[in-house]
Amino acid sequence: MADTAVQFELVSPEQLILSEDVEMVVVPGGEGDFGVLPGHSPMISTVRPGVIHVFTDGGVSSRIFVAGGFAEVTESRCTVLAEEALSVDEIDRAEVEIDLENAVEDLGGTDDPSEQKAAENRAVTARAKLAAIDAPVYQ
Amino acid sequence: MPSLKELRVRITSVKSTQRITSAMKMVAAAKLRRAQEQAESARPYAERMERMLGSVAASVSDVASAPPLLAGTGKDDVHLLVVMTTDRGLCGGFNTNIARWTRQHVRALVSDGKQVKLLIVGRKGQSMLRMEFGERIIDTIEDTAKPAPTFETAASIASRITTMYDDGEFDICTIVYNRFESALSQIVTPQQLIPFAQDASGDDANDEKAAKDAGAGASAAYEYEPEENEILAELLPRNLSIQVFRAMLESFASEQGARMAAMDNATRNAGDLIDKLTINYNRTRQAFITRELIEIISGAEAL
Repeated sequence: MADTAVQFELVSPEQLILSEDVEMVVVPGGEGDFGVLPGHSPMISTVRPGVIHVFTDGGVSSRIFVAGGFAEVTESRCTVLAEEALSVDEIDRAEVEIDLENAVEDLGGTDDPSEQKAAENRAVTARAKLAAIDAPVYQ
Repeated sequence: MPSLKELRVRITSVKSTQRITSAMKMVAAAKLRRAQEQAESARPYAERMERMLGSVAASVSDVASAPPLLAGTGKDDVHLLVVMTTDRGLCGGFNTNIARWTRQHVRALVSDGKQVKLLIVGRKGQSMLRMEFGERIIDTIEDTAKPAPTFETAASIASRITTMYDDGEFDICTIVYNRFESALSQIVTPQQLIPFAQDASGDDANDEKAAKDAGAGASAAYEYEPEENEILAELLPRNLSIQVFRAMLESFASEQGARMAAMDNATRNAGDLIDKLTINYNRTRQAFITRELIEIISGAEAL
């Protein structure tokens, strides 16, 4: 079993979003995307805002946007702890554009470093969401 | 002896109180189910986070260079207590228990010559503790659970704690909340947040063991991308928010359980009171009738 499938788990603080056996997952790691196939060497990595591609039956079965987090990979398992996760199809472009505008505005309008950081994070997440919508689908 | 009218008025007022308490019980029961589900569905994340952090922390070779959230400041002079209470009352001993624990703990720390600061979540805790510890309370955070606790709120509380820590305002941070045991029992649980204690979830022997297993068995085998310390720098604040969130969810579920039990009691007491008043009312009515009969009969006999 472990030879043919990776047990992929996606968890957000609110709930366990996904737990299934898949062929491969591509995770947007902090230092570049990485694919996880069965037998991957154990590692722990940060995750940047981006899209997780889940492969089953030779193609992409789902694309899930995550707003950063952590990934733990073992030989038979890949666990992603995401800060926020939603399907790429569910992203509402207009809403994200408004978010981005607000974030950029807040960024300029404050001197408080912690608020600036929060606004910057929001901007980064919003830009990543937009990029996720426009990104081509792996075949 | 009260007049019939007075008794009638009392019975009506107790009845309407009973209606309110039984409605509150029903609402609390419905919320409890949701809160319990939420607390349970949040558990996988907290557990996995703990496992991951445990294995990263165990593999840090040079503790001195580790982020201060893990290593601590090396002192324990100033303690910060985060006290989770409710915004609303009518939930039995929920807030009283937390407040009692806090009072004892603060007194013990103060008598040891430590400095104590309090960050209170919930209006009730503030009103219970400000008499004795008014000057120690640095702030009260209200309306955290409307209609249910969200992760954003937890994250903002956590980032506030981190900022204070970075500014050197305290050395040790402990959060105290009511852990949800069952609908009828809640347990006051203190948990040290900063510096990170390996047995952070300490109450569960299983959890602790799992964390240790992960720490000992897997630490050597993992590759880290980026370096351990960089991962730690991100993981630790993250873990802090998760632990705060977990405490909020547990506390919220406990609150609903406590309120349900308290309101169930109140409804039952109101029922008993109504029974007693009704018997009283009937007796009084009977007495009036008997007296009137006696008056009529003795009047007739006198003729």
